[in-house]
Amino acid sequence: MTTLAEAPATPSAIAALSRRHRLRLSEALPWVIALACFFAFPEYLALGTQILISILFALSLDLILGYGGIVTLGQAAFFGVGAYTAGILAVHGWTEPLSGLVAAGAVAAALGAVTGLILLRTEGLTLLMLTLVVAEMIREGANKAGQWTGGADGLQGVSIAPILGLFRFDIYRRTSYLYALVVLFLAWLVVRAIVHSPFGRSLTGIRESVTRMHAIGSPVLRRLVTAYAIAAALSGVAGALLAQTEQFVSLEVLSFGRSGVVVIMLILGGAGRLYGAFVGVPLYMLAQDQLAEQFPIYWSTGIGLLLIAVALGARGGVLDLWDGALARMRRR
Amino acid sequence: MSEGALETRGLCKSFGALTVASEIDFRLEPGARHALIGPNGAGKTTFVNLVTGALSPSRGRVLLGGEDVTALPQARRVKRGLARTFQINTLFRGLSVLENVALAIGERRGVAGQLFRPAGRRSGVVEEAYAALERLGIAEDADRLVRELPYGRQRLVEIAVAIGLDPKVLLLDEPAAGVPGAESSIIVETIQSLPAEIAVLIIEHDMDLVFRIARRITVLVQGSILVEGTPEEIAADPRVREVYLGEPEPA
Amino acid sequence: MSAALDSVVSIVFHGLAFAMVLYLVSVGLSITMGLMGFVNLAHGAFAALGGYIAITLMNDAQVPFPLALLIAALAVGGLSMVLERTLYSRLYGSTELNQVLFTIGLIFIATAVSRRIWGPLSLPLRPPSYLQGEFDLLFRSFPAYRSFLILAGALLVTLLWLGLERTRFGAQVRAAVDNRRMAQSVGINTRRLFTLTFALGSALAALGGAVGADILAIDPDYALEHLVYFLIVVSVGGLGSIKGPFIAALALGTADIGFKYLLPQFGAFFIYAMTLAVLLWRPHGLFGRAR
Repeated sequence: MTTLAEAPATPSAIAALSRRHRLRLSEALPWVIALACFFAFPEYLALGTQILISILFALSLDLILGYGGIVTLGQAAFFGVGAYTAGILAVHGWTEPLSGLVAAGAVAAALGAVTGLILLRTEGLTLLMLTLVVAEMIREGANKAGQWTGGADGLQGVSIAPILGLFRFDIYRRTSYLYALVVLFLAWLVVRAIVHSPFGRSLTGIRESVTRMHAIGSPVLRRLVTAYAIAAALSGVAGALLAQTEQFVSLEVLSFGRSGVVVIMLILGGAGRLYGAFVGVPLYMLAQDQLAEQFPIYWSTGIGLLLIAVALGARGGVLDLWDGALARMRRR
Repeated sequence: MSEGALETRGLCKSFGALTVASEIDFRLEPGARHALIGPNGAGKTTFVNLVTGALSPSRGRVLLGGEDVTALPQARRVKRGLARTFQINTLFRGLSVLENVALAIGERRGVAGQLFRPAGRRSGVVEEAYAALERLGIAEDADRLVRELPYGRQRLVEIAVAIGLDPKVLLLDEPAAGVPGAESSIIVETIQSLPAEIAVLIIEHDMDLVFRIARRITVLVQGSILVEGTPEEIAADPRVREVYLGEPEPA
Repeated sequence: MSAALDSVVSIVFHGLAFAMVLYLVSVGLSITMGLMGFVNLAHGAFAALGGYIAITLMNDAQVPFPLALLIAALAVGGLSMVLERTLYSRLYGSTELNQVLFTIGLIFIATAVSRRIWGPLSLPLRPPSYLQGEFDLLFRSFPAYRSFLILAGALLVTLLWLGLERTRFGAQVRAAVDNRRMAQSVGINTRRLFTLTFALGSALAALGGAVGADILAIDPDYALEHLVYFLIVVSVGGLGSIKGPFIAALALGTADIGFKYLLPQFGAFFIYAMTLAVLLWRPHGLFGRAR
């Protein structure tokens, strides 16, 4: 009688790779927690909405930075373009929110495709610089195009019609929170599917060794531009969510600060793991909410030290520490 | 067959005043077992880079199966059946051995760009990758990360990835380089058991390996071909002995 | 003088002064990035620190201007040496992302500490009396301090070029920038070279920050505010080059002043557009090289 180990079953290596995409129970956790927060913290739904929006933003960045290995300091360009698209549409009478989201995503995707085609031919410092420069150009453009964007004063008068005609945006942000949650959920489904697809795996290949990817016949630029455009679309949707839930858009959505902070939040959570955004963003934003106003100097210094520690330790953020702790527990 | 599997005509490459390849006319027959040897700095790896498209020539043409591929970028030449290994391991170090080969097979099969179907359900790509590992005798390392493997095993993975592309022409750049003596025999056996239809070009310094595998040898010196012939002819050629400080052992 | 010509002269003059400051601060960054391949986004913090130290010495301790500059440069150079040995050197082979994270972390700390010590407002430079006022040249008068900036900048640039071309140290730097492994194999102690070059680059930045406080005000956000401009000078000029960033600084300085005078409604948009164009045409910068 053959034992389980000798049975002609699929070798464990094949099984592991083939089943990697299957849903695990733990993956329901973020959504359970998010819903629980809705009921448990009704006074904090404004902050909660902001957190959900930033998670979406960081999730979109993870696709291009965590999986594709493209270091960008200009992702706010797409976030901001999405925000202004949704805002400007609303100001000019197009107040239906869902189509506003789609429009914002489409505009951001187009921008992503165009800039990606130009920029992703370069690498290293040049690429980093260009992502910065493009974002700054767009910010300057938005600053000067005052009749459209409101310039430095911001875009006001963004009124949004009830979602599906039923759910009005209320001052307690109940609608906003659930709206953002649903959009985040759908985006997560999309990103998760991409990450587990052959396309997503090839992105990891590009991150690990571009030379090797060329040497196995992979159309690297095409893959990167596609990923960049998808990430841009999702960033744009996040920005549009902000515009619609805040009903206001300021130039800050295009700022270098926003580009930098989203990178930081993602890295702190753990990039390239799909859930880094879900861990890093709430941790950062909650800490910031509690600490930054009261102790601004300590906050900045603390974040600085944390970043240095992460860089020196080359750790993969909180998720990596979590993995390490789990491994140690299992060994006992 | 009048077409070579791989051919170069008048291939030249210069960087300013420095000429690294000069009028190279080279031909690799289908099913060949061909070695490219020469002293350090002769331009062997440069030649491979010119052939694969990593470097573009100053003049000359590269033909694959009779078709001119000189203007094609690297990835497109791979699609036409050209595969290479690198002198220094160039693998996806953070991914498993199985996944390294699976990525190559996925590209070859044209399914690697699919956006939404889970990779695990790819029609047999993973299975084919595993079978390739079995043939090379490294299946037990299948789910280990490449960076955890000893260098010699990684070298085998490098070859597995290249074979996974089902090439018509295989360029092996110093496959035994950096591999301790005990493990290099596995590499030699692997190369010896490659399918007969593949045209194999090996760049090597290890004369022992060269004489065990090659049926034809080309000697490259300072960017141009000095002489080409069977192992016996090359071993007996006084110019070749002159070029090397030591004398190659005849097989 | 006709108004148009006067404007042109103004733009060129102030543009030159601005270019000198940009160059002094950025040249160190170019060399260290070309030499060590290290993306040091925190470089501007060294310039700011130089400004803070020099101005504080002048205002609070009545230290004469030249001495204050010297002390600031030496202090920042020394501090950077310590940082290089203890922290920076651990990341030389590391990924670009790690280097970016590390240096952004440094910026955060530098910003917070500066705010704590010197407050949130900018620290104005009061030039010594012999550099204040204006002097007449040809048909118009020029601000004395800016003129000093241009002259001092030109002098420093010349010394730098001579130093790189004529001294043994300079030859070693050039060799190591060109091909690090080769340089090591001919016996050049690249570790020590890195440290010294880093210190020199930071000291120059400190000098640039201090003398340039008139144009780029010293405040806690200095490093972040002017990061893009420093990076433009370096990436457009070409990593590892000292000629390239000079040309880039000249172009950027005059363009920036020019656009502010002539087309203020467009701000820095054209600067960015030009940077984009140049980097697409020459991804390694005007005088850089593929590595």
